[in-house]
Amino acid sequence: MSDNGILRVVARFLIPLIMLFGLYIQFHGEYSPGGGFQAGVVFAAGWILFALIYGLEDALKVIPQRAMYVLAAAGVLLYAAVGLLGVAMGGRYLDFYPLLDSPHAAQQLGIITVEFGVGVTVATVVMLIFTMFARRKSEWKAILEEGDEET
Amino acid sequence: MNIVDLMPFSVLVPLIASAVVAMLPGRTLPWALTFLATLISAVIAALVLPAATDVTLSYPFGNWPPPIGIEYRVDAANAFVALLVSGMATLALLWAPISVNREVPKRQGPFYALFLLALSGLLGITLTGDAFNVFVFLEISSLATYALVAYGSDRRALLAAFRYLIMGTIGATFLLIGIAFLYMMTGTLNMADMAERLPEVRDTRSVRAALAFIIVGLGLKLALLPLHLWLPNAYAYAPNFVTIFLAGTATKVALYVMLRFIFTVFAPDYSFVVLPLATVLMVLAVAGMFAGSWVAMFQVHLKRMLAYSSVAQVGYMVLGVSLVTAAGLTAAFLHLFNHALIKTALFMAIGTVMYQTGSAKIDDLRGLGRQMPWTMTAFALAGLSIIGVPTTAGFISKWYLILAAVESGAWWLVGLIVLTSMMAVVYVWRVIEAAWMTERPANLPMVREAPLGLLVPTWILVALNFYFGLDTRLTVGAASAAAEVMLGSGVSGVNP
Repeated sequence: MSDNGILRVVARFLIPLIMLFGLYIQFHGEYSPGGGFQAGVVFAAGWILFALIYGLEDALKVIPQRAMYVLAAAGVLLYAAVGLLGVAMGGRYLDFYPLLDSPHAAQQLGIITVEFGVGVTVATVVMLIFTMFARRKSEWKAILEEGDEET
Repeated sequence: MNIVDLMPFSVLVPLIASAVVAMLPGRTLPWALTFLATLISAVIAALVLPAATDVTLSYPFGNWPPPIGIEYRVDAANAFVALLVSGMATLALLWAPISVNREVPKRQGPFYALFLLALSGLLGITLTGDAFNVFVFLEISSLATYALVAYGSDRRALLAAFRYLIMGTIGATFLLIGIAFLYMMTGTLNMADMAERLPEVRDTRSVRAALAFIIVGLGLKLALLPLHLWLPNAYAYAPNFVTIFLAGTATKVALYVMLRFIFTVFAPDYSFVVLPLATVLMVLAVAGMFAGSWVAMFQVHLKRMLAYSSVAQVGYMVLGVSLVTAAGLTAAFLHLFNHALIKTALFMAIGTVMYQTGSAKIDDLRGLGRQMPWTMTAFALAGLSIIGVPTTAGFISKWYLILAAVESGAWWLVGLIVLTSMMAVVYVWRVIEAAWMTERPANLPMVREAPLGLLVPTWILVALNFYFGLDTRLTVGAASAAAEVMLGSGVSGVNP
């Protein structure tokens, strides 16, 4: 769809805004409605729009599929690591109070880090799901074209 | 570190390990880490059981005190189930590597990661004391299981997985609606807190609807007779390792959650009075025992045969529950444990046959007794256990079930239990007859005995069947403690 000028201009204008809004939801999540899950989906939506306009191949240059797998697991591990940190510092699992002296700052730090892990995992998993379906279409096309050549 | 602080790691270790395993390349590494994580989980569960039998253990996550925060609440009942699940997973993993190398040749990291997710989901359901947490873990384990079933090398596995996905999602939705009704009426999600607040609002339609929704939703997960349709195909076409793991764990956990809701959250003097639950469960259990055994007798595909037999065995467990006595519940918990041993051993034997011959059709087993004597002997011995021959684990659970039925004055149930055991003789005998009493036809390939990596775990399971058929201290002790916890937590006036 990259040959359509209107789509290209609008997308170029919108994609940074969508991603910025995603980051806003991510880092304002502990004060206002939002958090890692919503932020991840919004952020991934920006990437999906890019893929729809400029094609999947260009979009995968920005973030290869392999990187998505690794980031998806890394987000979970970040969450788990923060939880384990609470145990290591003498509290319960996912206990943020031991992290810092001030209880408010400790909770804030804990929640932001954990939610960042959620955001990374959700964003990359949404991208992965999109990639899987989009890939399937090009795979089918290749199969059909092969069939045409044979007949 | 005391036992309470250690307890949640039974769930956390597999959960965290799954994220690492998903990224590991090759074949040995993912299996090794998976086995390590599962073993740690099983060891923790084994340490928790004796401690939880004495006092109820409670672990608040993030140090948020319950009922506001999520707590893990472990007593004799769920510690017993957690030990069963993690122990069965460890034994299944011993059997796994050779078979998985054949069935999932590439990218084993994600496969084992899904297994760990399914395991941690099942353990999470078991240990948590929070109703919504139950739903979340149920979805974690179910979603992982759908994907695991779809890994099957037969293309019908995709359809079986899709069917399981649809029916499992309906079941989970029913459970969620039920929990939402309870939350609406009580304002809490903590199960113990819910049980305290429910008596005030118990005579409302919402609470009655919640009970019905929860029982139907969990009945689907449990594969109780009219809701069992997802089970035979899912078991038959999943990779053998997945079938072995699911047969010993998934339905058991669903039964435990159902008991937890019926007995702890609602209290038996409510749930068995407001709905004719005892009658409904008894009728469905008996129907399941007969229909499952009947259909199993005519199956050609042996994995399907064992799957239908599982439907029948779920019937025995639910029959114990429907008596609403301590003896009945003990029998239910006993069979929950023993059936896991029996079915895992049987599926391992059939899985070994499939690995060597590539088929689990009864006609392709003809004359196999002489070519694979160890595998077929293991199947025959585990078959004795499912029939309920004395000195096997299966006998112990049927014996206690019959005692419970007699104690409740339901003599006619004894006849039914014996009759369905006779049907088990038929479907086990068909396999033995094919394997030993017929010559191997010339058109079937000659095969050799299976590798030791498959035989040894199978025989460990067979040995456990006989061990727990002779030494019942652990099983009967833990099962009766579990039954006491379930009944004791209810309001007084329940049948002793």
